[in-house]
Amino acid sequence: MKKLLVLSTALVATGFAAQAQELNVVSWGGAYTVSQVEAYHKPFTEMTGIKINSIDADNPAAPVKAQAEAGNVSIDLADVELSDAIKMCDEGLLAEIDPSILPPAPDGTPATEDFVPGAIQDCAVANIVWATVIAYDKTKVGDTPPTTVGDFFDTAKYPGKRGLLKSAKRTMELALYADGVAPEEIYDVLGTDEGVKRALAKLDTIKGDIVWWEAGAQPPQLLADGEVVMTNGYNGRFFAAEVAEGKPFGTVWDGSYMDYDLWVIPKDAPHKEDAMKFLAFSTDTQRLADQAKWISYGPARKSSNALVGLYQDGKTEMAPYMPTNPANMMSPIWTDPTFWADHDTELNEKFNAWLAS
Amino acid sequence: MTDATLPTPSGPLTTADGRPLKAALAASLAVRRRRALMLVAPLFLFILISFIVPIGQMLFKSIYNDGFSKNAPALVQWFDEHPKGSEIDESAYAALRSDLILMREQKTAGEAGTRINYDISGTRSLFTGAARKAEKLEPPYKEAFIALDKDWGNPNVWRALRSAANPFTIDFYLAANDMTRDETGAITAVPKDQQVYKKLMGRTLMLSIEITALCLLLGFPIAHLLATLPMRKAMLLMIFVLLPFWTSLLVRTTSWMVLLQSQGVLNDVFVWLGVIGEDGRIQMIYNEMGTIIAMTHILLPFTILPLYSVMKTIPPSYVRAARSLGATSWTAFRRVYLPQTLPGVGAGGLLVFILAMGYYITPALVGGADGQMISNMIAFHMQKSLNWSLAAALAAQLLVVVLIFFWIYDKLVGIDKMKLG
Repeated sequence: MKKLLVLSTALVATGFAAQAQELNVVSWGGAYTVSQVEAYHKPFTEMTGIKINSIDADNPAAPVKAQAEAGNVSIDLADVELSDAIKMCDEGLLAEIDPSILPPAPDGTPATEDFVPGAIQDCAVANIVWATVIAYDKTKVGDTPPTTVGDFFDTAKYPGKRGLLKSAKRTMELALYADGVAPEEIYDVLGTDEGVKRALAKLDTIKGDIVWWEAGAQPPQLLADGEVVMTNGYNGRFFAAEVAEGKPFGTVWDGSYMDYDLWVIPKDAPHKEDAMKFLAFSTDTQRLADQAKWISYGPARKSSNALVGLYQDGKTEMAPYMPTNPANMMSPIWTDPTFWADHDTELNEKFNAWLAS
Repeated sequence: MTDATLPTPSGPLTTADGRPLKAALAASLAVRRRRALMLVAPLFLFILISFIVPIGQMLFKSIYNDGFSKNAPALVQWFDEHPKGSEIDESAYAALRSDLILMREQKTAGEAGTRINYDISGTRSLFTGAARKAEKLEPPYKEAFIALDKDWGNPNVWRALRSAANPFTIDFYLAANDMTRDETGAITAVPKDQQVYKKLMGRTLMLSIEITALCLLLGFPIAHLLATLPMRKAMLLMIFVLLPFWTSLLVRTTSWMVLLQSQGVLNDVFVWLGVIGEDGRIQMIYNEMGTIIAMTHILLPFTILPLYSVMKTIPPSYVRAARSLGATSWTAFRRVYLPQTLPGVGAGGLLVFILAMGYYITPALVGGADGQMISNMIAFHMQKSLNWSLAAALAAQLLVVVLIFFWIYDKLVGIDKMKLG
């Protein structure tokens, strides 16, 4: 009995010791998490000896909120979208981040100037810029592949089903843009009743041809199965299908929807100090550039761009696939987190009512 | 041997050690009951901790949301002191300012704004924006706030503030029924283009009923075969029923996607057979049809198994007797066999119906736009919009609907007649 007690105490003690050297990091899973594990987690563990538990979630903001609500926070870091980062920061769920902990660029430019505008928030620091784009199957669109969002809505010119994200956010912006609204005016228009009607009316023109998707892995699958000829989706996923799996996909960069993914640290994170260390480490110039070796999401630092070279296969040039490449930024629609924090409920209800009708 | 140990017939019965028999019996029974209780205690505790308490907590959120009230003490006090209908005067705006300054300090403007935003869309930024500037505002605050954003003078906003000052609310149940409040606080329907929950609840009911009916229709003959075939063949058939039952739900759903999609196996076969042309491929998935097919398949074992267990106990001699007394095979089935299977039909039907009402993954994957159910909206509010109070209200309503059907079933058939196997 005594032996057992000693043994179990020892086990518990080592358990605690191990716990102090761990970080729980929640991200989106799939190829994206792989890129973070390779570019951030492994070198960080090598350098500091701190083990990183990578946890997948459909939307990492949900468990952060759930844990804060339940008063039992075990997440140290989460990778969330801009609107969720701002929302949760406003709600007091996140730790504030002092930008001075972020290392400067190799040439000495301070971090606050090195990051792209909006990438450093009160409680969040961006690691990537990503885009929701339209991809098509090259074998199904004839000799003149689609180049604009207008082509996506033109089922006469390109017959066949379309894949679209089942959510008001992104879908309604896309519809308004296709209807001729300039990217910078989209949120002004969408804020009015007429604007919402206009977006839904545009979607009505192809409603019967839409296959709705919800998870990021679905659009490349729908496209590969021949279920749709065009679909919107996350550019990194299409890249993985096109380059890593050799699928005959092409991308329409017109009207790409730009968003950040940012690191946030819950206010009551158990290992806040280590989490801050990890955050500073993973968003330095080299680490952000390294990530682009694994997935085609743009680094949030300007100084990283010069270091982005080839895909991990050693022959594919990454630049043409990057959403931040000037050649691809033809008419980007930048997400407006404040707008969505305000109108999320209302627009999703209208969108869902339209879907169900 | 003497008679000394025998009880005297006149006195009360006692045990060997002289205690009254009744008390001794009661004591030993109590011990046994305690022991029995100890045996079920782990399960009871498990259910209590992992099921009843969290569900209770979650449902409580549907009537309780303190997102605004706990962060705005001065306004709560102002509303307490000034009954409904009082003019929103300078003192109210002063209270608003002090609360906003507090929210700014504690980073809770978003939380308070989110609560009001559930009521009036577009008001969240009203809070986060004003909290940033509240400290610099100069009296008179009323004019200052309205200059900041004219919505601060909107009576509807103040109506919403007053209503949110009380953490207990039925507003989420109103929202779950496509209703809201107007400026005076009276309950009205939300605009037509925003109504979605009642419609989805109706569709969930319809789909569940259709799926239950299909399951019974398809499951009944199979269960009958299972119960009447010789052992060896019945076992083989049973494996066909159970194999998919043991396979992961996701695997089965995705297999249906492979089979049914317009470039899928089934459509390919039809085209190859010449039943349909290359352009006439049938859309069998990502719509209501997909949901019905996949869910019927997934839930089928839940009807077959209870039906089978009931049919197994029906002696074949009853139907033979009916036939020998001159009944046609239809009459014998209808009057003799079918009534005896009813406990199984009831159990299987109810089981499938209740499971179908709460189904979520399958409709989410194969339902497209018109095959969505209310559970998809609950998941949406749990995971995406993070409006847990509305999710809880929708879930509570779903629970009530299921309980109503349970009650109807009890009245019509009787729950004690249900036989699960």
